[in-house]
Amino acid sequence: MGRYVVRRLLQMIPVFIGATLLIFLMVHVMGDPVAGLCGERRCDPATAARLRQEFGLDQPVWQQYLTYMGNIVTGDFGTAFNGQEVTELMSTAFPVTIRLTLVAICFEIVIGITLGVLTGLRRGRPVDTSVLLVTLVVISVPTFVTGLLLQLLLGVKWGLIRPSVSSAAPFGELLVPGLVLASVSLAYVTRLTRTSIAENRRSDYVRTAVAKGLPRRRVVVRHLLRNSLIPVVTFIGADIGFLMGGAIVTERIFNIHGVGYQLFQGILRQNTQTVVGFVTVLVLVFLLCNLVVDLLYAVLDPRIRYA
Amino acid sequence: MPELASKTDTAVAAQAATTTDNVLATDAGPAPGKPRSLWSDAWYDLRHNWMFLLSTGLILLLLVVAAVPDLFISGDVSPRDGDLTKHYLQKPELGHVFSAEWLGYDHQGRSIYARLLHGTRASILVGVMVTVAVTLLGGLVGLISGYFGGWVDSVMSRITDVFFGIPFLLGAMVVLNTFSERSVPVVSLSLAVLGWTSIARVMRGSVITVKQADYVTAAKALGAGTGRILFKHILPNAVAPVIVVATIALGGYITAEATLSFLGIGLTDSISWGQDISAGKDYLRTAQYVLFFPAAMLSLTVLAFLMFGDAVRNALDPKSR
Repeated sequence: MGRYVVRRLLQMIPVFIGATLLIFLMVHVMGDPVAGLCGERRCDPATAARLRQEFGLDQPVWQQYLTYMGNIVTGDFGTAFNGQEVTELMSTAFPVTIRLTLVAICFEIVIGITLGVLTGLRRGRPVDTSVLLVTLVVISVPTFVTGLLLQLLLGVKWGLIRPSVSSAAPFGELLVPGLVLASVSLAYVTRLTRTSIAENRRSDYVRTAVAKGLPRRRVVVRHLLRNSLIPVVTFIGADIGFLMGGAIVTERIFNIHGVGYQLFQGILRQNTQTVVGFVTVLVLVFLLCNLVVDLLYAVLDPRIRYA
Repeated sequence: MPELASKTDTAVAAQAATTTDNVLATDAGPAPGKPRSLWSDAWYDLRHNWMFLLSTGLILLLLVVAAVPDLFISGDVSPRDGDLTKHYLQKPELGHVFSAEWLGYDHQGRSIYARLLHGTRASILVGVMVTVAVTLLGGLVGLISGYFGGWVDSVMSRITDVFFGIPFLLGAMVVLNTFSERSVPVVSLSLAVLGWTSIARVMRGSVITVKQADYVTAAKALGAGTGRILFKHILPNAVAPVIVVATIALGGYITAEATLSFLGIGLTDSISWGQDISAGKDYLRTAQYVLFFPAAMLSLTVLAFLMFGDAVRNALDPKSR
């Protein structure tokens, strides 16, 4: 187990370096990092040249990347377009987005898995068909439409929620944005659980458990569900990373100043430091989530062992 | 939303492993009586599936709309020119079917119905172009790393991991932000840059299962070259799960394009539902229909492709029936 974790951590290093290099190149080579520094206008050549020298942009790209990574290791993520430290932006943005992601994941687990179990046990019945159709509709309506409509109905028309989240962003105000963020994944979790449950229902261990005379509840929860969770856990694990980086639209609609907001600003203003810094952290989160998921396999299915 | 496309990929990838096995299982034993191939079996199943028939009908209709949008509107209505004095936010006249005023006018006095029809082409084109690009690139990477294995596989899989680790929509935004003119091919390419990874993973898994089959060994023993084995024997038998993933993902790419347009960094040279939704959100409190109709059209299109992919998957994967 310990050796497996160490091996996996070592395997992460090249992927981490590759991913940061990729985003670094994409932001750097494709765009002009100086372009956003003189407001809306173009910088005049002399200022641009001075800025380039100041930021070390006149050096070859590989050297810039090495310098940047060297700084990151010492905890220096550079400065954003408005002169704020990127680490400062992170310390305000990440707590908000982590809360939002937690709310979304909770919705996915509670509603998604419950619906999946209910429909998986009733394959082909009206409940199953209607839930399946609802999931298809939820997947096809874009999040930004769901978000705008919920904001209009709950926030403006009926006044049940605040239309935009305050800067403190407590859990209570993040419930509806979290639901919007989770909606598509929720539908996928439902469908995955349903397929998995329906497949495993006919397996030998379920028949044995029923034959032993175990109560139905125990058969479903302890035997059937536990063994059916592997694809669902895989999905949710990968989703944590996507939700944290992909909340750009949800955060924009509900005016949440989290990671998505900062990334969007960074991209629009072509600020390498902000974009690469945030993406670096997101890639780390993503890789660690994958590792945790793989370790969870062994907990869920005792036949899986890591040597 | 940005999440959808990438999400489609993960969800499908999570199921991919099982799909591959099942597809092979059907392939192995001939059905009683006349032996039927996987594809003819699937075709038989699809013809009796209402979801497949409905979605195929919808997709065909959308293709016709994309090709000749003016066919569906009476009179000569331009989707770009508006008349602010006469038509500013004019309410829909639901009785006047297929006319310019049917679904009302937007904040620039342009016919919403005409814009719906003319926006179809961009959405469908982006969806198809991204899917083709992603299938070719991801398919090739998956085929090579699955077949050759060893260090080739290790290197290719790590490269796939690298591209998979960066949020899909974020990459597209970074690429698109550097273009001031964003045409359909540019937007499609920006989505394909990070979008190919799930196809590569599915293809790799599928190829690894297929290459152990007896007919591959037989072909090798008979002295077939690598190219012949790869494209004549392995590819046709490994491609089914990839097709399923690709069709389902197509809907996701259409949403991704709309999301980019909604964020203001999507298409600049064509009429797009995403742009219209984005413009409509400013009038959401007074004139909901400006947002509602393009949103409904977009959702319906994505739904059609999703249902199509779902039906094909069920047909190719008998275990899920």
